[in-house]
Amino acid sequence: MVRAVDDVSWDIAEGETVALVGESGCGKSVSALSVMRLVPSPGGRIVSGKIVFKGRNLLDLSEEEMRRVRGREIAMIFQEPMTSLNPVLTVGRQLTEGLEIHLGMSSADARRRAMELMAMVGIPDTARRLSQYPHQFSGGMRQRIMIAMALSCQPSLVLADEPTTALDVTIQAQILELMKDLSRRLGVAMLIITHNLGVVARYADRVNVMYAGRIIERGTAREIYANPRHPYTLGLLRSVPRLDEPRRERLAPIDGQPPDLTRLPPGCAFVPRCAFRVDRCLEQAPALRPVAADGHVAACWEADRVTRQTAEASR
Amino acid sequence: MTGAAPLLEVRNLVKHFPVGGGLFGGPRGIVRAVDGVSFEIRRGETLGLVGESGCGKTTTGRCILQLERPTSGQVLFEGRDLTTLDEAELRPVRRKIQVIFQDPYSSLNPRMTVGQIIAEPLAVHGIEPDRTARGDRVRDLLRRVGLLPQHADRYPHEMSGGQRQRVGIARALAMEPALIICDEPVSALDVSIQAQIINLLEDLQAELGLTYLFIAHDLAVVRHISDRVAVMYLGRIVEMTDRKSLYDEPLHPYTRALLAAVPIPDPELEARRERVVLGGEVPSPLNPPAGCVFHPRCPIVVDRCRAEVPPLREVKPGHWAACFLA
Repeated sequence: MVRAVDDVSWDIAEGETVALVGESGCGKSVSALSVMRLVPSPGGRIVSGKIVFKGRNLLDLSEEEMRRVRGREIAMIFQEPMTSLNPVLTVGRQLTEGLEIHLGMSSADARRRAMELMAMVGIPDTARRLSQYPHQFSGGMRQRIMIAMALSCQPSLVLADEPTTALDVTIQAQILELMKDLSRRLGVAMLIITHNLGVVARYADRVNVMYAGRIIERGTAREIYANPRHPYTLGLLRSVPRLDEPRRERLAPIDGQPPDLTRLPPGCAFVPRCAFRVDRCLEQAPALRPVAADGHVAACWEADRVTRQTAEASR
Repeated sequence: MTGAAPLLEVRNLVKHFPVGGGLFGGPRGIVRAVDGVSFEIRRGETLGLVGESGCGKTTTGRCILQLERPTSGQVLFEGRDLTTLDEAELRPVRRKIQVIFQDPYSSLNPRMTVGQIIAEPLAVHGIEPDRTARGDRVRDLLRRVGLLPQHADRYPHEMSGGQRQRVGIARALAMEPALIICDEPVSALDVSIQAQIINLLEDLQAELGLTYLFIAHDLAVVRHISDRVAVMYLGRIVEMTDRKSLYDEPLHPYTRALLAAVPIPDPELEARRERVVLGGEVPSPLNPPAGCVFHPRCPIVVDRCRAEVPPLREVKPGHWAACFLA
């Protein structure tokens, strides 16, 4: 059995942008799919926990009730728009479908609204574009359509899973500015799942860092970047070359391999790669505990010792 | 730099791909994937080639290897023009130019063990005909790339992405190449592993005197590893210089836009930073704009840019830019 997500808690407020950061296989996507109750089945299941959205536990809803939440109140944006758009339906049909089903719009109204949505996400020539198919759009334009679809029913929460990873850097900047702007103007809560620390720094209010299926550190973006207290977070921040700093002679990677979720050690999952480990880490998995003000928590026995200076010295 | 001849010299490289006519035999189009690219790489140097998808950086790499035959232009490797060689003549040259790909999984044969994958080229090219010696050589190569001798018995699917990329590097090294074309070698890897692989590539370069053409889209990674950097846009080099000048004083508006678009992992800095978001998209290489290919998105465009193609010129010593206003 793989514990893809193990005892994970996070929250998000109206109009807030929260990031879920971590590397491939850390459980960040499964965590978001769980919110939508879209964990692939058979294979995966939510064993325990609660997902409270506007006071209701989503895990208690019937499939029928859940269908009304999906797309209507909680929408999702995926990494690869080409695989998440239907290739044989026009973009217009895919945009109006949700409007007709969830909001009961007439097809004429839905069409008008679809054109507004396309204009809102910066797609010109909307009347003509509406009757085109996904393959006739560029990657950046397809991602704009995904965003327009996600926002079409004015959801309160958008889960964006690596929304710009497949895009070029200048297009990535356009899309992220657009999402941030829309979230501010419409008061949408935005969960951004990413491995890109720059994207997080630019857009997130708060950050959750995941490793091996658990959240190992959480705090405001400023606090996490200025004062990381989990060795993994610190290692991630130190391992990327930065354009705003002088070039370093040598990069500082995190040693070792990513964790194998089928063979996790009994204590802290980061132990094999950790420069700060002590005996206790091998036996007991540390829980999240407060390490600084403003709700900054970290799951590390040695959090008090973890600073940039000590990391430098331990190499 | 000394006056020694460069290891690789690319002159006016052009690669056009004809695209099939419409259903009813309509007019055929031409994709101008690479449209007049020139650069050189000195021995022991790393030249970074950056640009967004579709800018022609990968095609440039393939044309150097003659995996794509260029439409025109020259590729001089150790003084010989590879475009004039036939397949038989290319065989020994290909040994000296190796490639490391983005996705090590799809470039490693899943039915072969890591040991077989590395040993195969040693046998095929007759580098190490003796079986026992070949085994020793495989173990030596594994050690060089930071793997263990017992990894030779594993299959690619039993390894992590970073380990697979190390296998890809070991296979390239087996040929004792002079030049390695690294095509997005770290972009498919986890952030914490990217730094391991970059450090490894740098160590190997120092130990073995390798020369790299490092193709990537991550500007921070390219600055770290490259001595000089060429920026490509829509099939052309728009700026080329040493890494310090490129990042400290970029001359081409596209380079400036690229650098501005890269988010910096520091929320304090990001909050203060001015947002310059480049509008529009990269035009289709099937129908590139007249004049400067960047002019439809350029924030400082003037009339001349719409009519004339700006040549790549040496604006300052060693700093080349293709912009009238540079």
